[in-house]
Amino acid sequence: MTGHVVRPKTYYSVFSGLLVLLVATVGVAYLHLGELNIVAAMSIAVIKAVLIILYFMHVRYSPRLIWLFVGAGFFWLGIMFALTFSDYLTRASAG
Amino acid sequence: MDALAHQFDDLDQQHEAASLGMWVFLATEIMFFGALFLGYAIYRGMYPAAFAAASHHLDIVLGTTNTALLLCSSLTMALAVHATQLGTRKAATIFLILTILLGSAFLGIKGVEYFHKYEERLIPGSNFYFEGADGRHTQIFFSFYFVMTGMHALHMIIGVGLLSIMILMTSRGRFSPDHYSPVEMSGLYWHFVDIVWVFLFPLLYLVDRSGGFK
Repeated sequence: MTGHVVRPKTYYSVFSGLLVLLVATVGVAYLHLGELNIVAAMSIAVIKAVLIILYFMHVRYSPRLIWLFVGAGFFWLGIMFALTFSDYLTRASAG
Repeated sequence: MDALAHQFDDLDQQHEAASLGMWVFLATEIMFFGALFLGYAIYRGMYPAAFAAASHHLDIVLGTTNTALLLCSSLTMALAVHATQLGTRKAATIFLILTILLGSAFLGIKGVEYFHKYEERLIPGSNFYFEGADGRHTQIFFSFYFVMTGMHALHMIIGVGLLSIMILMTSRGRFSPDHYSPVEMSGLYWHFVDIVWVFLFPLLYLVDRSGGFK
């Protein structure tokens, strides 16, 4: 047998967590939080994505080399966002 | 059939190589969708009021239902991989079929939503009509909406095709506890498409639902 076999119980727990977070993200959207609405929505989305990546996609049980490649994908995405917004968010006419 | 290809030392190495290759592909997918998300973020920053007004025209019940459907399909996909790892062919086939059904339900609801947008004249183009001051800028929101959800739906359709092939291969007994990489890699793809939606849903459907702007 190759690879790590995750117990179905783990999958069910992660799935329940994802559903709770889905309800949370819809609920939070209706609260008056101003700028924090988008922060809350994105934070919940990131937690959901991390849960899916770690458990459903087995990265938690994968070798370090896989971690490195997954991390690199998101790191480069971060570079693209950071450099672009260092421009757009610092323009005098931004808004 | 020999599960181990001759260029690998052992099954573990073969499996790791498959995962690594899949993740390299998914990294290119991250950048592909990332560019769309970046464009969306820039224009939302420029026209927050128009994006909020346009977002209110999306059906939050259908959007939430679709998110739940996709999360369920990710669970059944994970269970399909699990069943394949254990060599239980019948369970694997059932979970793969469930995953396809849930994915198809998602696509069906997406189609209904698209049709509503067509009826409401919210598809960007010469027929586009939006009541309000920011009509032109709401069209930008709907352009992003259709391109992003459209590319996502295309990925789903490809995923359904992949899983159909996996069902066929499973029924022919092509997988075993020693050799199940194709099912696991299809799973990685399916979960990735799910993650894209996890971000699309709040960004498109939940913009300013509390009415903070204005």
